[in-house]
Amino acid sequence: MIWCAAVLPNTNTNSMNRWFSCFLFNIVTPAHIVRLYDRFEALDKEKTGHLRPQDFGAINRLAMNPIGDRIIGAFFSPGQETVDFHSFVRILAHFRPADKKRPKDPSMPEPVNSRTSKLKFAFQLYDQDKDGKISRAELLQVLRSMLEMQVTEEQLESIADRTIQEADLDKDDAISFEEFRKSLEKVNIDHKMSIRFLR
Amino acid sequence: MSVRVVLHSPSGSRSFLERGLLLLVMLIFLEGTVLTLGAASSPDISAQDNTGGHDHRGIAGSHDHTNYTYTKKAFPVLSLDYHHIQVPFEISLWVLLASLMKLGFHLIPRLSSIVPESCLLIVVGLLVGGLIKLAGEEVPPVLDSNLFFLCLLPPIILDAGYFLPIRPFMENIGTILMFAVVGTLWNAFFVGGLLYAVCQIEGTYLSQVELLPCLLFGSIISAVDPVAVLAVFEEIHINELLHILVFGESLLNDAVTVVLYHLFEEYSGAGEVTPMDVVLGVICFLIVSLGGIAVGAIYGILAAFTSRFTSHTRVIEPLFMFVYSYMAYLSAEMFHLSGIMALIACGAVMRPYVEANISHKSHTTVKYFLKMWSSVSETLIFIFLGVATVAGPHAWNWTFVSVTVILCLVSRVIGVVGLTFIINKFRIVKLTTKDQFIVAYGGLRGAIAFSLGYLLDKDLFPMRTMFLTAIITEIFFTVFVQGMTIKPLVDLLAVKKKQEAKRSINEEIHTQFLDHLLTGIEDICGHYGHHHWKDKLNRFNKKYIKKCLIAGERYKEPQLIAFYHKMEFKQAIELVESGGGVKLPSAVPSQVSMQNIQPKKLPPPVAERALPQFTKGREEEIRKILRSNLQKTRQRLRSYNRHTLVADPFEDGWNDFLLKKQRLIELEKKMSNYLTVPGAIPDSPTMCRARLASDPNAFYNIKASSDGVPTIQVDLASPQSPDSVNMLNEEGREGADRDEDQGLMMKPAGKGEKGEEEGGNKNPGLMRCLSDPGPSNEDEEDEPFLP
Repeated sequence: MIWCAAVLPNTNTNSMNRWFSCFLFNIVTPAHIVRLYDRFEALDKEKTGHLRPQDFGAINRLAMNPIGDRIIGAFFSPGQETVDFHSFVRILAHFRPADKKRPKDPSMPEPVNSRTSKLKFAFQLYDQDKDGKISRAELLQVLRSMLEMQVTEEQLESIADRTIQEADLDKDDAISFEEFRKSLEKVNIDHKMSIRFLR
Repeated sequence: MSVRVVLHSPSGSRSFLERGLLLLVMLIFLEGTVLTLGAASSPDISAQDNTGGHDHRGIAGSHDHTNYTYTKKAFPVLSLDYHHIQVPFEISLWVLLASLMKLGFHLIPRLSSIVPESCLLIVVGLLVGGLIKLAGEEVPPVLDSNLFFLCLLPPIILDAGYFLPIRPFMENIGTILMFAVVGTLWNAFFVGGLLYAVCQIEGTYLSQVELLPCLLFGSIISAVDPVAVLAVFEEIHINELLHILVFGESLLNDAVTVVLYHLFEEYSGAGEVTPMDVVLGVICFLIVSLGGIAVGAIYGILAAFTSRFTSHTRVIEPLFMFVYSYMAYLSAEMFHLSGIMALIACGAVMRPYVEANISHKSHTTVKYFLKMWSSVSETLIFIFLGVATVAGPHAWNWTFVSVTVILCLVSRVIGVVGLTFIINKFRIVKLTTKDQFIVAYGGLRGAIAFSLGYLLDKDLFPMRTMFLTAIITEIFFTVFVQGMTIKPLVDLLAVKKKQEAKRSINEEIHTQFLDHLLTGIEDICGHYGHHHWKDKLNRFNKKYIKKCLIAGERYKEPQLIAFYHKMEFKQAIELVESGGGVKLPSAVPSQVSMQNIQPKKLPPPVAERALPQFTKGREEEIRKILRSNLQKTRQRLRSYNRHTLVADPFEDGWNDFLLKKQRLIELEKKMSNYLTVPGAIPDSPTMCRARLASDPNAFYNIKASSDGVPTIQVDLASPQSPDSVNMLNEEGREGADRDEDQGLMMKPAGKGEKGEEEGGNKNPGLMRCLSDPGPSNEDEEDEPFLP
């Protein structure tokens, strides 16, 4: 629980207090925080202490990413126009490898990098209108952006239909979080959705 | 790769008597085989001329070469000349023996579930060798190193390399390399060094064994053997990660083994190794491994490039792949580079491109041939191991042998544990103790070690026989003891097993989505990680390489669509096989699957059988016209029979249909001038696989001419009539949709004429696809081959 307050002189005390909130404990180490802070500062060209969508857009490779705008959108809580360092780290903490040895304590909140939280994060990227389901239209949108205009509309629709047909267990023509989770039960999410920050 | 031969013999119906009889027949055959083999191996003077000197060109009359005065003998109507066919006959007998053994094991299911096949095969080899010896003949030196390295090993490695799951392999490449290189080095020096120390102890009578031969022995015996690993791990169905770790290690340690072997062999004569030699050894290692991979990659690209042009000669497509791979192996061996790594690289590099280019039938052929050869090879190797054991010569030395066995185990365990400790610091998903145990326990030795030992020069290494004995003992120990006990241990430790189910389209989509997500996150973090490089490689691949190596416009097809098509086809095939002619449940997807992928802006040259909808009346008309041309077409077909892969004549309904289509195509060709027949344009890979492979007619896509670049999007054809029951109508509909790929505005009824000429070409694809029994559903096919 060492929070290097001295290293981060520019953050205001408000966010500093929030640092001590429990869900970040033991997920993101101080070394990670330092590195992420460097990155944050590099992105924050105008040194306001906050990131705006334009700052993310400046990352060239992200522009080439088919779902780049969704990812950027995920950093910003609904209604907010900027993201501070705390939220930045919080979102990225989803991608730490899960701690397998953590005892499953139902009283504590689910850590940010557990399998469920990771899946929920991914789910929210699909579910743009936040209604808890991936509708056919949302799925089509994702497919369209991923397949980069190389296929016809009918093909997309059939694929979307097929996908929903496969996953939809309660026949409501949309994929809920549970169905999403079930369809991915064979995939090693922890492995797929983890990156190493320190390099 | 031991392919499971599943004999469906419900235990109730097959009586014990039947099984016993079959076994008896096989045993008798075995006996006969053995005696022939034994007899054949010894120099055959008897076969010569007591048959009257009948030479095989069948020159009549009696030419008695030996004693010659003119004695007219009776014209020999039947004579025996074994010598003439001796060598191929022996080879065939061995292969037949191996195959029958494989067959036989599954008659006794209980035995094959307890004892892995490799053990049983070694026992059979021992029996055969023993029988030959009992028969008084000399046991042939079957595991000759040349035979092994040039004929028996390549099919297995090619099979492994071609079907190597690239994605998990690349994800774990760091770990695999650590185990392969550092682990093997550690094993070699530990075993070699300690053995030397033991040899120096008084009272073992081994003091004449010097350091360098010991190290050489250590390097021979330290390498994990891919054949043995494959044979055993195939049966225990362990989870993918562990499988790829042990298997990858066994493949990649070949380079280390080659270098160490040559290094120590060279300098055993000289008696010492200087630091300069060590440096040279390291450089040699880099050259051997990277050179091997480079050679393999070059041949792989050549094969991919060649396959781009094989659309007219589908019959020999598989041959190209085999020959290029084998040449890669031989070329690498020529320069003393690592042949195994060359083969793996060749197979892995050529696979994505070749699969996009070749037909479905060729793909099946390649797959089955590879599996067949590798299976037979593996069986033969184990049998020969058994025979070679009996053949000897042996020089048993209790100390040496037992110390070897113990040291190998100990060094393997220490090596794995130590390396895992270091590796886990860098891994995201750490290796648990259970994983480590399986990796350590799965380090089996096999025939490669024996062959390398066999290659040693008798004069330079007087203790060669002792080495060979020790190697054989170690092989037996690992294969029998470790091979037999690994399965119960896996169950006992509850190690995660392989997940058998096929990938669903959900998984595919979500996995790709997550890939993009992770790449994006990595970019945000400014972290050049795994996903970043993979993404870069994919883009490079798409932009440059695919254009060169994949024929036609297929390179634009996204992986997801290819996967989707594959799935749809499989479903279609399954449906037809099970229900035959029943309407496909979701007609909408099948529409899609018949469509080619078309970049909307491109002019139509790439269109395939796009067909408009036409009314039933029209259809009948066409058929009437064509029926009159029946004769000609049939003849034409027959003339092509040798070189075309025609649909299975058992599929009666489809066959007629096919003929009708042939007629239609013929007719269309002769018909009016507004037909333009473009050159052979290949379809999307999955469509290609649905076609009759080498029928040249299939390639002339008949399309209507279009004026200018079509920009109009087509309406979907009329909705499927719910009462349509047969495939014919399905195809009509599908044809209609195809047209939109050309961007033409097609109304269903209007373009009757166009429909006429194109109607026939209605998707023979689906028919041919369905008439091909198709490969069994194995998950390796479903894996996207691009990382």
